[in-house]
Amino acid sequence: MTDTALASAPSADPARKGRMIVYVVALLIGLALAFAPFLFQDVRSNQVAARICVFIVLAASYDLLIGYTGIVSFAHTMFFGLGAYGAAIALKSMGPGWDAVLAGGVAGVVLAAILAVLIGVLSLRVKAIFFAMVTLAAASVMMVLASQFSDFTGGEDGIVYSAPALFKPAMKLMTDDAGKVVKLFGVSMNGKIAAYYFVFLTCLVLFLALMRIVRSPLGTVLEAIRENEMRAEAIGYRVVAYRTSVFVIAAVIAALAGTVWAVWLKYTGPDTTFSFAIMIDILLMVVIGGMGTMVGAVIGVVLMSLAQFYLKDLMEAAAQATANIPLLPDLLDPDRWLLWLGLLFILLVYFFPAGIAGTLMKKGGH
Amino acid sequence: MNAPSIETRNLTIRFGGHVAVNGVSCAFHPGELTVIVGPNGAGKTTYFSLMSGQLTPSEGTILKGGTEITRLSPSARAKTGIGRAFQLTNLFPKLSVLENVRLAVQARHGIGPRLFRPASAFTEIADKAYEHLKATRLDDVAHLPAAALPHGDQRKLEVALLLAMEPDVFMFDEPTAGMSVDEAPVILELIDEIRKDASKTVLLVEHKMDVVRALANRIIVLHNGELVADGPPDEVIAMPIVREIYLGIPADEGAAA
Repeated sequence: MTDTALASAPSADPARKGRMIVYVVALLIGLALAFAPFLFQDVRSNQVAARICVFIVLAASYDLLIGYTGIVSFAHTMFFGLGAYGAAIALKSMGPGWDAVLAGGVAGVVLAAILAVLIGVLSLRVKAIFFAMVTLAAASVMMVLASQFSDFTGGEDGIVYSAPALFKPAMKLMTDDAGKVVKLFGVSMNGKIAAYYFVFLTCLVLFLALMRIVRSPLGTVLEAIRENEMRAEAIGYRVVAYRTSVFVIAAVIAALAGTVWAVWLKYTGPDTTFSFAIMIDILLMVVIGGMGTMVGAVIGVVLMSLAQFYLKDLMEAAAQATANIPLLPDLLDPDRWLLWLGLLFILLVYFFPAGIAGTLMKKGGH
Repeated sequence: MNAPSIETRNLTIRFGGHVAVNGVSCAFHPGELTVIVGPNGAGKTTYFSLMSGQLTPSEGTILKGGTEITRLSPSARAKTGIGRAFQLTNLFPKLSVLENVRLAVQARHGIGPRLFRPASAFTEIADKAYEHLKATRLDDVAHLPAAALPHGDQRKLEVALLLAMEPDVFMFDEPTAGMSVDEAPVILELIDEIRKDASKTVLLVEHKMDVVRALANRIIVLHNGELVADGPPDEVIAMPIVREIYLGIPADEGAAA
């Protein structure tokens, strides 16, 4: 057989069709995010779009761990938080400038990498469940530290600071002859746009880097370790070294996402970074999207974020529309949104046991 | 005789009170195919695991080409040229057949500094993997997940992985177990070919006496973890102790197996 025949793997037709659907959906999401400020011109939508960008990177880097390598970690938000707090503390103490973003970001990323190496070397040898417990402990300790060192971290209140001047709403990216800010398709070319595209482009680069990793020979080794650790070792791969490296890569990417998130939000606190609620969100996003698929993260994050942000609105409208029917309006009361979200999850897991992308692409979960 | 490629000295492993391998000293040489026989539970697979590194001995040493490797990890031993095919099929079930073999080729040859190029761009590695698939007659199913293969093909893939490691010490643990009469010859011919290479050492755990007679240059017998016989096939098969251990498998009826 020739190389070309090798490259185009003849796979089962439904899987190919499913893959097409998944990639088209992911591409549409990508396009929607790329033009989000023009497509959805209100503050809340912008916020949702930026959050989706950051969380795609966060969830995708978590998929590298849990989906590709089979490492269960609960410390992913810890690394995310380190990147965010690094930038936040630097922006607060050094003032709003790129030097602060750089210094804080680098400090956060380096700290995340060091911690990841330590956790990895000390505990990736042990059984998966013990490793998960170690990461849980590390994340808890980090949360306590963040709330106790309040002089430094702002404690439970977090830190409020300014972003670099480029991202200020008053910043004029383009001006007309009268010195007024130019509007393109009804959108002012101000600092808000710059901030969004800073988030979008950084996240795009990070996501593409992750895609590159899983498509590379290294990606196959990671899957091999997930599938059969003992055999991977027997054919000559140093499993602990690979696991530690991938844990560090994921930690660094999570920390970078944290830095971007901190610059966008202009606020960093435990609830926006370290909280276990976010950790659970990421886990659900990856599971719903499809573990070990990378694009699954995109779909999972979008679905979860839209549900979290817009399900209440939808239910409000539905409750009003059904106001005259007994019982229904009570069930559809916006306060019960979590009930419906839960129901949605159960249905998704039932119909897509390997996650949406995983089931469509016939990759099968584990 | 030339220097041994792999050697165990007083190799012992205990699991609690049970001694699975007891003071086995034995050297294996290039160009030699040694069949290891013994009843179930004799310690054959454990002996393999000690040499390939999945188990660490309680006592004794293992040397590869004269260098001690007793405490090396399995991956480090693989790098020294020790390769093993497992008795119970031990593959990467969700990866394709080609990917399974490609992983072993990649481990052997490395991918150099081009780590982040797409895996499909490494045609030389895929080509090599394909050679091994052809040798084991698996090229038609290269793109199926390993888990989807019938048992016989999974056994072949197990051997393809070992070939792809390009070791100089080959350890086969009942490679034809559960294979159909049509399939087994493919594997046996491959082993025969490796045997003819004077630089390769082959260790084979096998029960079928016709296979043993056809391939072995030497037979060692393990019983209750101890080495009880070692010598040329005819001599060993004729030994009373071997006949006693192998009461269920009379040597002169080997062809029926």
